[in-house]
Amino acid sequence: MAVDPSLAGRTFPATPPYQVTGERIAEFAAATGSTYEGGPAPATFPIVVAFAAMTSLMEDPSVGIELHHVVHGEQRFRYTRPVVAGDELSATLTVDSLRQLGGADIIGTRSEIVDAAGQPVCTAYATLVHKEEQP
Amino acid sequence: MSFEVGAPLPEQQLRVTRADLVRYAGASGDRNPIHWSDRVARSVGLPGVIAHGMFTMALAARAVDTWAGEPGQIRELGCKFTKPVVVPDDDEGTTVTVNGTVAEVTDDQVRITLDVRCAGEKVLGMPKAVLARG
Repeated sequence: MAVDPSLAGRTFPATPPYQVTGERIAEFAAATGSTYEGGPAPATFPIVVAFAAMTSLMEDPSVGIELHHVVHGEQRFRYTRPVVAGDELSATLTVDSLRQLGGADIIGTRSEIVDAAGQPVCTAYATLVHKEEQP
Repeated sequence: MSFEVGAPLPEQQLRVTRADLVRYAGASGDRNPIHWSDRVARSVGLPGVIAHGMFTMALAARAVDTWAGEPGQIRELGCKFTKPVVVPDDDEGTTVTVNGTVAEVTDDQVRITLDVRCAGEKVLGMPKAVLARG
């Protein structure tokens, strides 16, 4: 099943606020072989919030995505400032583009990640490849 | 580190084990079983458990932080996920090798093109980073 063609241009509700703590940053850093001693979080840490936004998109029954057919094709981050402990982040995802390629839906998403004051922190662009089931 | 256009940056070899993937699944919230279960990974046609694409990207970012000399200097980071990093179920795991070349230096930033490989093959497509120039 292909995804709903009207998906392009759609913006989804903001994710619930995510509390960034030193412990969460330290766990993320340790998992990727770094150490955290305060200061900026690892550059890819905002994926935690962007991933929540992508999950809401993929689990929305009106969209028509089958979760186990999705592959992460591409990821980009553009930072206004690094994430730090004490941040309260939320992500608002917009489907920027939707095209079909060889039986797959190529879904271009943009998640604007902001702090508690609504100030921009980072923009996370993800391309999701949704492969249709082979008959 | 001072950055000069065309200059290669010191190669970094970063180890990945199954234990890292389990930790990353917890820390990132991505609990897809292809990153911890051989049974599920094989059922979807993979040779075995693979690293999260975002895990490999995190290793690339870690290498860039090392070159920058401190974290928090990355202004842009991007890549395609072109080939899976297969992580065997043993104590050695596998190794991801990160190389970088300075592509451009302007008044306020440094653009780096990366080369990220596992077992000699590129695993990230067109990986690149932009650093703030302090």
